[in-house]
Amino acid sequence: MTGLYLNNIIRFILLVIVQVLILNNINFGGYVNPFLYVYFILLLPFETAGWLLLISSFLIGLTIDIFSGTPGMHASASALIAFFRPAIIKIIGSSREYETGMQPSIRDLGFRWFITYSFFMILIHHTALFMVEVFRLSGLFDTVKRAIFSTIFTLVLVIITQYLFSRTTRRK
Amino acid sequence: MRYLFAYILKHYFVFLFILLEVFSFSLVVQNNYQRATFLNSTYAFTGKIFAAYSNITDYFSLKKANEELLEENVGLRNRLESTLPLPDTNPFYSYDSTYRYIGAKVIKNTISRQKNYLMLDKGWKQGIQKDMGVTTARGIVGTVIGVSENYSMVMSILNIDNRINARIKKNNHLGNMEWDGKNYRFGLLTDIPVHLKLNNGDTIITSGNSQIFPEGIPFGKVDEYYEIKNEKFNTARIEYFEDYNQLYYVYVIINLNIEEQKELESSLP
Repeated sequence: MTGLYLNNIIRFILLVIVQVLILNNINFGGYVNPFLYVYFILLLPFETAGWLLLISSFLIGLTIDIFSGTPGMHASASALIAFFRPAIIKIIGSSREYETGMQPSIRDLGFRWFITYSFFMILIHHTALFMVEVFRLSGLFDTVKRAIFSTIFTLVLVIITQYLFSRTTRRK
Repeated sequence: MRYLFAYILKHYFVFLFILLEVFSFSLVVQNNYQRATFLNSTYAFTGKIFAAYSNITDYFSLKKANEELLEENVGLRNRLESTLPLPDTNPFYSYDSTYRYIGAKVIKNTISRQKNYLMLDKGWKQGIQKDMGVTTARGIVGTVIGVSENYSMVMSILNIDNRINARIKKNNHLGNMEWDGKNYRFGLLTDIPVHLKLNNGDTIITSGNSQIFPEGIPFGKVDEYYEIKNEKFNTARIEYFEDYNQLYYVYVIINLNIEEQKELESSLP
């Protein structure tokens, strides 16, 4: 159990570093950027208590905010997907029998489940994020376009990360 | 009992969520002053990290920075030689003397957001104050909106909230420079009177009306001129001379007369 906590804390720190120092400087076509740090929220264990899910998601958002100079933006979007996460998991459902210690990962629930789950989570997060960033309704179409393209970008990174790291966990 | 418990549990989740969102949004809707205060309090910590990171990545852009400095030196030298033989004969250039420059390094810069900001490695200890303009050799960068001891935050020209007074060089007409949040290479010059004819390549300069930037700094050229029928004002797409993705060294402008100008302005009813 402590290993699980430690795992998530290390993931938190690593993702913040990668996001702030590398990914924040990356963009395609001028306005498409990836926010891989949501990977932390995606991979929180199913058993995570509601308060812990909300608080830890909020905290990673706030940490990104502090380093990106965007007070409140990432914190609000992250808390939002943490709030919707239980509902999304329920709606998507799964054909596989639930077992304790199961992770929201490709290894445990399959590629199709994981990509659907990640897509909706990231899409909600990015849409909220870009709406809050602009904070006005004009140019709504552009905002939605940015959100969709960035979602695809982030999703690709999430899946790459998932394959890179699931290999190491399997070896354990 | 079980249902009641579940009910309370469900509500605590919603309640906590609302609390977190209210807190986040109180941070989001801050005005620039509050935003600067929030960032200044975090800069003491994050500034050090970005400065250290920048120390590493700087080496990769040294060559380009050198080339740019060389180019700028050539420009400055040319100006020097042409103005030296005729000291003080042109009174129209006297405004130049009211501005001083501080060189600073960009340690953090974004271009992909709707509201972009930069962080510079100089703060009030080095003489930087709020509302100072920031330029490079090839154009304008933005306005200082927050200062801490050793760092300062600049609202980039690539910020949908930023409006800068600009002038069309060939006919001295004024317009407003805005950014539409789309492509970081282009901005919009709005409020151009319809009777004006603009051609592609016309230079856009700072107007000197803002007290922030000296007059006549060229920063962009007309890329496309939109003439809309039955409108009082037209809009033009402006291509910036500076590539804001490659900012490295910038100049912070000190307007020595800003106090006097502000005083005069506020003395008017």
